[in-house]
Amino acid sequence: MNVNQEKTLLAKLKTYLIFAGPTTFAFLTVIILPFLYGIYLTFTDWNGISATHAFVGFSNYLQAFNDKVFWTSFLLTLKYVFFTVILINVIAFFLAYMLTSGVKGQNFFRAGFFTPNLIGGILLGFIWQFIFSNILVYLGKSYNIPIFSGSWLSDPDKAFWALVIVTVWQYTGYMMVIYISGFMNIPRDLLEAASIDGANFYQRLKNVILPLMAPSFTISVFLTLQRGFMVYDINLALTNGGPYKSTELISLHIYNTAFLSQQYGIGQAEAFFLFFVVAAVTLLQVYFSKKLEVEN
Amino acid sequence: MEKNNRLLNGIKFFALSVFLVLYIFPFFIVLINSFKERKEILENPLKLPSVLNLSNYIDAFTKMNYLHAFLNSLIITAFSVFLITLLSSMTAYIFVRKKWKFNQFMFFFMVASMIIPFQGIMIPLVKIYGSIGMMNSKWALIYMYVGFGASLAVFMYHGFIKSIPLELEEAATIDGCSQLQTFFKIVFPLLKPVTTTIAILDILWIWNDFLLPYLVLMAPEQRTLPLSVFYFYGTYTIEYGPAMAALMLATIPVIIAYLLMQKQIIEGVLKGSIK
Repeated sequence: MNVNQEKTLLAKLKTYLIFAGPTTFAFLTVIILPFLYGIYLTFTDWNGISATHAFVGFSNYLQAFNDKVFWTSFLLTLKYVFFTVILINVIAFFLAYMLTSGVKGQNFFRAGFFTPNLIGGILLGFIWQFIFSNILVYLGKSYNIPIFSGSWLSDPDKAFWALVIVTVWQYTGYMMVIYISGFMNIPRDLLEAASIDGANFYQRLKNVILPLMAPSFTISVFLTLQRGFMVYDINLALTNGGPYKSTELISLHIYNTAFLSQQYGIGQAEAFFLFFVVAAVTLLQVYFSKKLEVEN
Repeated sequence: MEKNNRLLNGIKFFALSVFLVLYIFPFFIVLINSFKERKEILENPLKLPSVLNLSNYIDAFTKMNYLHAFLNSLIITAFSVFLITLLSSMTAYIFVRKKWKFNQFMFFFMVASMIIPFQGIMIPLVKIYGSIGMMNSKWALIYMYVGFGASLAVFMYHGFIKSIPLELEEAATIDGCSQLQTFFKIVFPLLKPVTTTIAILDILWIWNDFLLPYLVLMAPEQRTLPLSVFYFYGTYTIEYGPAMAALMLATIPVIIAYLLMQKQIIEGVLKGSIK
């Protein structure tokens, strides 16, 4: 009965190309082709300029994995991801809980906490650079607060925490929005029934709220994990890896290896390592979260 | 009980207010210092400006080539978002309505590719497009955004189109509409809610994106807003006043858009996250 039923292969091809041709072409040339070519590049010694490059086998991978700086950067990234994922999700969950409890000016608060997400990481990094190296130092000197007496950004350990603070500040609002939608999907009568049955706050949280919020956790933890591993803008604008490369997270490290040291093959080998780690971590996380959701 | 509740809500309101003030404080600092001279900033960065001096803004506006950068950002964002929504909705439509093996494979392929991080592609991307002379052009950048944005958009449209009943399209076909006409006259208007969501997510992404334009656009006249702030800030770090004004100038358009469309933006993020 459907008149528009393609019978021949040629007719099918025509329909496909009209509707999906441009997307398919852009997708293949922008994502898949560079991805495959990237695999090839990791086996060459291309320096970014010369027209030719030699095949070097696994030496790029060996060099990357034997590079202490690379592992320092990777471990630092793991530490960074660990703290930002936990802090962002705990604070966002808590904010969402408060902002769905019928407090006055709910919508105003929601909009306010979301604001940093509208602005690019480069700008946010510069704003906080000024806060850390001017405002806090000024406060530290005027009121004799030892912890602020020197700029956090010139102390390797504190610079790391500065990065964590800014990241948490940036993404909390976004994850809050996700948790708010989760809270709004919890049926009110369920909570009331639990209250009437005498469940205290902790019991309601453990037995009603958390199980029903599991899907929100899955999404939000996934997004924070992914963004944590891939952070670049804030790292560049806030610390640029300094002081003395002490805060160079993995994306910045890859960029610097490839485009500053012109070791494209090694940079690409590191990028592939990052790809495998991110894919493994996020797939495992989603798998186990979904399993938890089902069990509940 | 009633009184208790009111007290609790009062405490919550107070705590949230304090937290929000802390949250917004960085923007406030940038605002007040953008009107001050260097000496005034160094003396006390927390003090309100003594006069509303706009010279920092004029300085930043001209040196950043603000209008140019703003227009570049606008063109790149507008064309990319327009193309992503148009092309992805057509693609998703054919993926849903024609259950060919190849379509199912392509759909799966696109969704699976979303796991690839940008860093995994950026180096070969620069090499490939550099070698065919496609660097340093907005249009090449827009083309890349279509490639990067397609997967998620196709995925979101796919989910929505599945829920649209076939009857409407069948009626249109009987009335003599071609497939393209059916799509544009019947289906595309029905997709408006998803289109809005995708457009909002992609505008936030592309307008603020840094790394891709940083790699692709070299010439100063091609710079987008985040790029021009980056280079301006790098050159004038010691000039706090103009640097703060530059940050304000780049933030203001976004804040205005947010004030006008706050509800749609939050809703867009909400719907977009539940993928």
